[in-house]
Amino acid sequence: MSVLVIIETEKNKLKRNAAEVASYGVGLAADLKTSCSAIAFHSDNADSLGQFGISKVAVVSNVPMHFDANTYADTIAQHVQQIKATHLIVSSSADAKFLAPLLAAKLNAAYVPNVVALPSATNPLTVKRTAFTNKAFANTTIEGSCSIIGVGNNTFGAIENPVSCDVQSVVYNPSTSLLEQVSIEKETGKATIADADVVVSGGRGLKGPENWHLIEELAEVLDAATACSKPVSDMGWRSHDEHVGQTGKPVSTNLYIAIGISGAIQHLAGVNASKVKVVINSDPEAPFFKAADYGVVGDAFEVVPELIKKLKAFKALG
Amino acid sequence: MNILVCISHVPDTTSKINFVMDNTLFKSKGVQYIINPNDEFGLTRAIWFKEKHGATVHVIHVGTAAADPTLRKCLAIGADKAYRIDTPAHDGNHVAHELAAFLKTNSHDLIIAGRESIDYNGGMVPGILAGILNMPFIPNCVGLEIDGNTATGEREIDGGREKLKGTLPMVIGGQKGLVEESDLKIPNMRGIMQARQKPFEVIPSSNAMALTKEVSFEKPAPKAAVKLVPADDIDQLIELLHKEANVI
Repeated sequence: MSVLVIIETEKNKLKRNAAEVASYGVGLAADLKTSCSAIAFHSDNADSLGQFGISKVAVVSNVPMHFDANTYADTIAQHVQQIKATHLIVSSSADAKFLAPLLAAKLNAAYVPNVVALPSATNPLTVKRTAFTNKAFANTTIEGSCSIIGVGNNTFGAIENPVSCDVQSVVYNPSTSLLEQVSIEKETGKATIADADVVVSGGRGLKGPENWHLIEELAEVLDAATACSKPVSDMGWRSHDEHVGQTGKPVSTNLYIAIGISGAIQHLAGVNASKVKVVINSDPEAPFFKAADYGVVGDAFEVVPELIKKLKAFKALG
Repeated sequence: MNILVCISHVPDTTSKINFVMDNTLFKSKGVQYIINPNDEFGLTRAIWFKEKHGATVHVIHVGTAAADPTLRKCLAIGADKAYRIDTPAHDGNHVAHELAAFLKTNSHDLIIAGRESIDYNGGMVPGILAGILNMPFIPNCVGLEIDGNTATGEREIDGGREKLKGTLPMVIGGQKGLVEESDLKIPNMRGIMQARQKPFEVIPSSNAMALTKEVSFEKPAPKAAVKLVPADDIDQLIELLHKEANVI
């Protein structure tokens, strides 16, 4: 029995979520009184996982540079069998949610995504996860000898626990890919909804796409990702990639700022997992105020420029 | 081309979520059930392939007869045949293995399931299914074109999109973007009448295994009342976010 943390990288560097999944894996191993190691692909700074209590990392390089779910899953499955890992930890990124079900099929493992805490019991292993699009939690027991736990973004956090970390290069012979990558488009240098600490989101209250500079400027000051409500994406003011809510992207960030969004139940479901929610809306009856931590009743066209100005001054002070 | 669309039967997006039996069971009484929205985007794309390229569209559900009206709706908006594997769905692994057993004897060229169901949010059925059948899989799919035996799909990634190409048979995890909201079909009277005549087959379970069990549910703790800050005192908002909430 052992815990294996699956680490994602980008341009050979660990992704931000590595700290959180590593911390979860180390915590789980302590609960299960077993060891914890990690596996990463194309990484040149895997030793920094030692900061979060990981003492051993296997690094794989003989796979495609871009994330290829089939070859990556096959490689991990071979490594799992090699080191006799029983508990696999993955993040909630788009790639992790691609990889985990393929891995579950290969290993006949139970996959439990969106887990928010360490197990409440170890026999049988019982974890708490979100369900009904953040309107509830399900306490889920896991049967079988192998499990894959998907840690919800920003739910467990990173826990510093420095140890020395041994990095070993490993080679497996994964099966060939089933898909060819035609192209990839990715905004670089901009925070994404999945991994930003702050998300600034706009709704119909902004009256038109020409006013989105307000959202973008506020996001820039806060190093935040930009998002929008469903009507905004349906009307084509913003692209679908920015739609957050029940049928759009889920948001589980530290700070969610909603501007001109009334707060339909489907929108709230998608963003409820965020820790702190701020609502700016001219309508004091907007349902979002009931779900928010902080609210400003006011005209977005007056409040937001003021907020941008004051935040710039605040940031300048450090 | 034969397309199989996997349908989940879920509470309407506006449903109040409550639990009964000492918080061990979802309270379905008084709840309106719908086609899982992510599945409906996939079904609509499948019907587009039927209308444009003469594809055949089958729908399948793993569950009890409670979902039959949902499957009839799928027929009413254009699917040709419905299957229901007659067993309560226990978890994503169970559903994927039931579907895989069906597909081993009823092959299809394209299998579309939703990115995730909006009730249990497992998001694993299409991926596990593709894994069992060793078929290419494109999750979070926001665009899909078929040319002969080749499928090209775009998946949403964190901060962008990736275009992938593979050979049929293939599994797709569908979502909004595969078609637009305005493309979704509302059953008309003719469709509803025709649906009554369309084949609907109930097939026995292959006794696949579940690997997880929901033992109890909890609702999030009630929220404290919102702290309102006057619109002319933005300094106070920054102060609260900095000192109290500790998020900036």
